[in-house]
Amino acid sequence: MTKMMYRDAVLSTIMEEMERDPNVVVLGEDVVGGMGTAGGPEAIGGIWSTSTGLYGKFGPTRVIDTPISESAIMGAAGGLALAGKRPIAELMFADFIGVSLDQIWNQIAKFRYMFGGKTRCPVVLRMAYGAGYNAAAQHSQSVHQILTGMPGIKVVMPTTPADVKGLLRTAIRDDDPVVFLEHKALYANTGEVPDDRDFMIPFGHARLSRAGGDVTLVSSGLLLGFCEAVADRLAGEGIGCDVIDLRTTSPLDEETILDSVETTGRLVVVDEAPPRCGLAADICALVAHKAFSSLKAPPQQVTPPHTPIPFARELESAYLPSVDKIEAAVRRVLAWR
Amino acid sequence: MQLSRDALLAAYHRMKIIREFEERLHIEIQTGEIAGFTHLYCGQEAVAVGVCEHLGVEDKIVSTHRGHGHCLAKGCDVDDMMKEIWGSRDGLCKGKGGSMHIADVTKGMLGANGIVGAGAPIAVGAALASRVDGPGENGLKVAIAFSGDGACNQGTTFEAMNFAVVTQAPCIFVFENNHYSEHTGVDYAVGTAGDIASRAEAFGMKVWRADGTDFFAVHNTMREVLDYVRAGNGPAAVEFDTERFFGHFEGDPQRYRGPGELDRIRETRDCLKNFRKAVTEAGLLQDADLDAVDTQSLAEIEAAVTAARAAPRPTAEDVLADVYISY
Ligand SMILES: Cc1ncc(C[n+]2csc(CCOP(=O)(O)OP(=O)(O)O)c2C)c(N)n1
Ligand SMILES: [Mg+2]
Repeated sequence: MTKMMYRDAVLSTIMEEMERDPNVVVLGEDVVGGMGTAGGPEAIGGIWSTSTGLYGKFGPTRVIDTPISESAIMGAAGGLALAGKRPIAELMFADFIGVSLDQIWNQIAKFRYMFGGKTRCPVVLRMAYGAGYNAAAQHSQSVHQILTGMPGIKVVMPTTPADVKGLLRTAIRDDDPVVFLEHKALYANTGEVPDDRDFMIPFGHARLSRAGGDVTLVSSGLLLGFCEAVADRLAGEGIGCDVIDLRTTSPLDEETILDSVETTGRLVVVDEAPPRCGLAADICALVAHKAFSSLKAPPQQVTPPHTPIPFARELESAYLPSVDKIEAAVRRVLAWR
Repeated sequence: MQLSRDALLAAYHRMKIIREFEERLHIEIQTGEIAGFTHLYCGQEAVAVGVCEHLGVEDKIVSTHRGHGHCLAKGCDVDDMMKEIWGSRDGLCKGKGGSMHIADVTKGMLGANGIVGAGAPIAVGAALASRVDGPGENGLKVAIAFSGDGACNQGTTFEAMNFAVVTQAPCIFVFENNHYSEHTGVDYAVGTAGDIASRAEAFGMKVWRADGTDFFAVHNTMREVLDYVRAGNGPAAVEFDTERFFGHFEGDPQRYRGPGELDRIRETRDCLKNFRKAVTEAGLLQDADLDAVDTQSLAEIEAAVTAARAAPRPTAEDVLADVYISY
């Protein structure tokens, strides 16, 4: 095991997979940094430091610094994949899927099925998402809600450095399109990461980060830590929480959720995306359909309101789910007769 | 056409206000008091002011992530902008937008923008609205799309240019080539050897080029451009060669710059210094006139910061204000 940051788990996994497979290529804005400047290539790496050193090691045919052209970046990733490569394309901010949605939604996601299963499209679309930086409405969004609803795409939302490692490796070796969502506020978190260069975590397997038995909390990304904090707080009162880290929202690990709810009878889903047609509603519906008779209280959703993300510190923190809001929801389901 | 003494002082004042606004933010951001991402316009003042001095409130502009200069040049209130950047509920956007999303539609300022390349199509729309209204006494109202050298690589910008040409919309694409998009050089990212105007020309527009660190070059060029577009000749594009004095965003270590580059551009390509030199050498204004503007501008910025610090903070209830559907 090695202790490393979330962002270093991203970089080291890409590095290892590029060493292992010459078909893996990286493209994105400023993934080299300094191209066409006096400072020269890699004068400054990408703004998240998740591509530092790749260009020096693998050169310009495999590490492609692109102009600001998200639509072409996503489309080129699709083309690279159809031509036999394994592109890892980076969107600096997940919000920029807005610029490039056709290539993701109508192209990459559809090739395999629409072409009669005769081709695969092994792209990884990495993007930094999430709030907490007061970066306002166009640089803070959680986009898994939109992407999870798209047939033809797998959606990964790692929470820990170890999960970054295992899930990103799986994504890169996967033959189908994977959106890999990295939470900005987690980049500097550290954790133990397995050294095994074949360490992989299969998609569709959630992680039980706390086992308690009284209430089921489901989340992923930044808010998973909030759920754990609630679980730890309530443990002192003798209340046990199951905290489930989904890891992937598509495929969804229904079994782990249903197993837990069958024991607890109480569900709180915590999500950073807005409430309508989202992950929280989806999981509540799943439980209503498949574990109705186990329920002891109506499932609760803790999400931001149905608004764009506001800028000011006070507004953003009021917008986001908080430990207190999650705790209140847990107490609501516990108090239900 | 010679500018009057008052017009010269007004232009200098606007440029100086932008400069001091940004220099002050550069300092305040380091204290951690201001949240979010801030991109400073320092170095490019002559472009915003040289363009906007020609505009009326009925003309529209659409800005970028580096928008403070455009906002101030188009008449957005200094105090209200500072309050917005501080996140106050009295800010120009009630603390909802912040630095990257300042807008004042009543002033014809249709918004800074966090999405690179998003502005140009919006400007075309505003120009099409002007076409519906038809010409007034001074000809057509115009819409200006400010874009960077990086934004010119975005498909939205290409689409907007062609759209404006085929509809003959009174839209002006102002490209501020400051040689960098984040950490990438323009020669690398813009395939026409860094030449943006030639692209616009290829779309069928008349184009101009000028030194964006020379207020008079910008102002004179824009007079020609505006005469052309207001007369109903369709869209036009201008490329201004300019400099950004700070990092891409606050906190950028700027290792992509050459040795001595920042000192050199501050020395030789400073639009305020160049303005002062030009007007004093020509005997149009005295150093003392300009010094008085400097002093006044500093006082205005000081007052704006004091007001922003004291301005009321938003509360949790404000999250749900200005929403038309709630869940
Ligand atoms: C669609 C989109 N892609 C990328 C970014 C990240 N980004 C913000 S500013 C910028 C560089 C813009 O360069 P340029 O247009 O030259 O403007 P400048 O910063 O020089 O004013 C980039 C890549 C963004 N905000 N939006
Ligand atoms: Mg630029």
